[in-house]
Amino acid sequence: MTALAIRGGHLVDPAAGVDLPKDILLKDGRVAEIAAPGKLKSANGADVLDATGLTVAPGLVDIHVHLREPGHTHKETIATGTAAAAAGGFTAVAAMPNTLPVNDSPETTRWMQAPERGAVIRVFPIAAATRGSKGEAINDYAALKSAGAVAVTDDGLPILKDNIMREVLAAAARVGLSVIQHAEDTRLTQGAGGAASMNLGPVSFRLGLRGMPPEAESSLVERDIRLVTELRDTRAHLHVAHISTAAAVAAVRQARRNGLRVTCEVAPHHFLLTEEHVGLYNTNAKMNPPLRSAADRDAMIEAILDGVVDAIATDHAPHAVHEKEVEFENAPNGIIGLETALGLCLRWLHKEWKMPLGRVLSLLSAQPAALLGMKGRGTLTVGSFADAVVFDPKAEWTYNAREGKSKSRNTPFDGWTMQGKVRWTISEGRIANEKAS
Amino acid sequence: MNPTATPVRRQLHLPPVPASPFPYHPGSLLSVGDLSLDGVSHILTRATALENQDPLTRDHILSKRRVALLFYESSTRTRTSFELAAKGLGADTTLVSSLSSSIEKGESLKDTGLTLRALGAEAIILRHNASGAAWLLEAETRLPVLNAGDGMHEHPTQALLDLRTILAHLRPGTQTVNAETLAGVTVSIVGDILHSRVARSNMLLLPRLGARVLLCGPKELLPDLAAHAGPGIAIERDFEAALRQSQAIMMLRIQAERLAGLQLDLEEYKARYQLTGQRLAAHAPEAVVLHPGPIIRGLEVTAGVADGPQSVILEQVRNGVAIRMAVVERALLAETAKGGRA
Repeated sequence: MTALAIRGGHLVDPAAGVDLPKDILLKDGRVAEIAAPGKLKSANGADVLDATGLTVAPGLVDIHVHLREPGHTHKETIATGTAAAAAGGFTAVAAMPNTLPVNDSPETTRWMQAPERGAVIRVFPIAAATRGSKGEAINDYAALKSAGAVAVTDDGLPILKDNIMREVLAAAARVGLSVIQHAEDTRLTQGAGGAASMNLGPVSFRLGLRGMPPEAESSLVERDIRLVTELRDTRAHLHVAHISTAAAVAAVRQARRNGLRVTCEVAPHHFLLTEEHVGLYNTNAKMNPPLRSAADRDAMIEAILDGVVDAIATDHAPHAVHEKEVEFENAPNGIIGLETALGLCLRWLHKEWKMPLGRVLSLLSAQPAALLGMKGRGTLTVGSFADAVVFDPKAEWTYNAREGKSKSRNTPFDGWTMQGKVRWTISEGRIANEKAS
Repeated sequence: MNPTATPVRRQLHLPPVPASPFPYHPGSLLSVGDLSLDGVSHILTRATALENQDPLTRDHILSKRRVALLFYESSTRTRTSFELAAKGLGADTTLVSSLSSSIEKGESLKDTGLTLRALGAEAIILRHNASGAAWLLEAETRLPVLNAGDGMHEHPTQALLDLRTILAHLRPGTQTVNAETLAGVTVSIVGDILHSRVARSNMLLLPRLGARVLLCGPKELLPDLAAHAGPGIAIERDFEAALRQSQAIMMLRIQAERLAGLQLDLEEYKARYQLTGQRLAAHAPEAVVLHPGPIIRGLEVTAGVADGPQSVILEQVRNGVAIRMAVVERALLAETAKGGRA
């Protein structure tokens, strides 16, 4: 494999505590050398990327994406989803198991990672916690882990039963896997009149839509924390997916104070938007968990700034245009997010709310990589994977969903101003995405 | 809590909520919120003028224009009055209902709307069981869309005809309205507020004319957060207390199966919220009684009240035709009024 030298850039590697001008040599898929500008020793013959004026950072890691393959390839494929990820600066994504069939087997887990899928960055499958994600029978976690699964979840659905969730946490702890919970007490969100389609509150009342109460999330997070407390000796790890309510964040904050292994992620839409953004039935503002109240949104920002949140994850959930062009209550949940995460985080967390760049990048790379045990990723030190993103941190640009690499364009951020333009995304030493400067 | 994080909340500059692009067409009536008070006055004035006009000259106003009625739910009053209104102005109408069309075969609302447009429909009157359906149809067809009831959300022509009825009794002779027109008037809306599009349109329209709206019903059918739906809205759970304050009482249909689903006892409900002759005489002897229909006699109102002297239920139905003539005319002439069609 040819070597690649990134010269003239400014390296920001929060995990290594580096924030300095550095040249970097990538060789055989790994970081071979890091040196002061112009001081690389073994760069002879290497291809050179001129990163003058640009920031070089560990490739971004998204631990919550739906690549839709196998089964829903009209929405996205592993090839198109990873192309979108690379365009957004990501070099690793963890793919949720709610595919068709549900990824509850080592075979599907391996199939998703096969070179034939055409992934341009690394895909880490997350396997189903229970057979068919039906919340009843527990899968063989040891076999799933050896096939490459990095966590288990029934995402899209909760693991509702107390005894099953306890067993899932204990069994996953035994093989060293994390349990990711989609915290939604569906008994509170799916009534006789049909499934609720937005946050419960004055806006849902005004729009005549059935609402999902915030307690549907927080009560399940609290239940799960009780279970982790009971299993304290097993080192069980609970990760709360797409947390969205103030009460659930408060529960996680308290659990952490009590020394429990409880982590959480927030999606950009939950720290930027509120239920008001549903507007007049914009189905591209419909997702699960739904956009919440302004107080909940503020609590997400607060939790990110004060460190309770461990990762920004997009919950990238592509749907075809025709699937979203329907009555609001009939539209599927979810929005795409891989191509806007960095731009929104830099525009709002960094520029507007003054979060240091290193901390923003850590939430998008080092912390999520560590959370799911992706060794050698989320950092750029000698010997780690040659996963990097090179971007112009100051450049502003306007997002046009139609020009995206994803197969779908269901996003509420179309036309938004983004900050931070990705120039190159490098996955294990290969250029996975390149944009003109 | 981290002391440095708390004050951040109030200082944050946040992404704004984008302005609504609706309505796309100036002739559309999706929500009562689409109408300025001048717009309401215009409709009331035109309703009276059209009602009084010689049917033979009225027939030329929309001569041979095409109006489609697209009904996903059964309807007697709304459908018939829209149809009579459009025909009264000379328009050709066609009815598409979910049970005798390609909707049964799974055609989407978007495709049905585009098909009607291709067939020459110049406006679509939509009744749909999903909240927000009228917005979807307008966005996809860009035709004038008249919302004839969308799910639990709105029913703007019902609110306009209710307003015409209330004005006729409480402010006789009024054609143009302003923010003071109904000052001092309290209107109670009673029953299943949560699932009612009639309630939502009325509670959003009447306070803009100065009225106070009291919502009355049990918690299961009237959540506390309804009081935050807009200004001038309050909740009064005691039916008789609400009656004593009201000059107009709007009773809503109660579906027995819905009460059962919410574990509400029918007899207990009637004991608390049924409008009986006795209650009316004791607590609101002067008030007018409205009901959007269909009435379930012996449930939300007694037969005696429905047929009694305070009832204006059939006047509402009559007013429906006049209001809908004005609204259909506005739908098809809105652009000409603004200086030529696009």
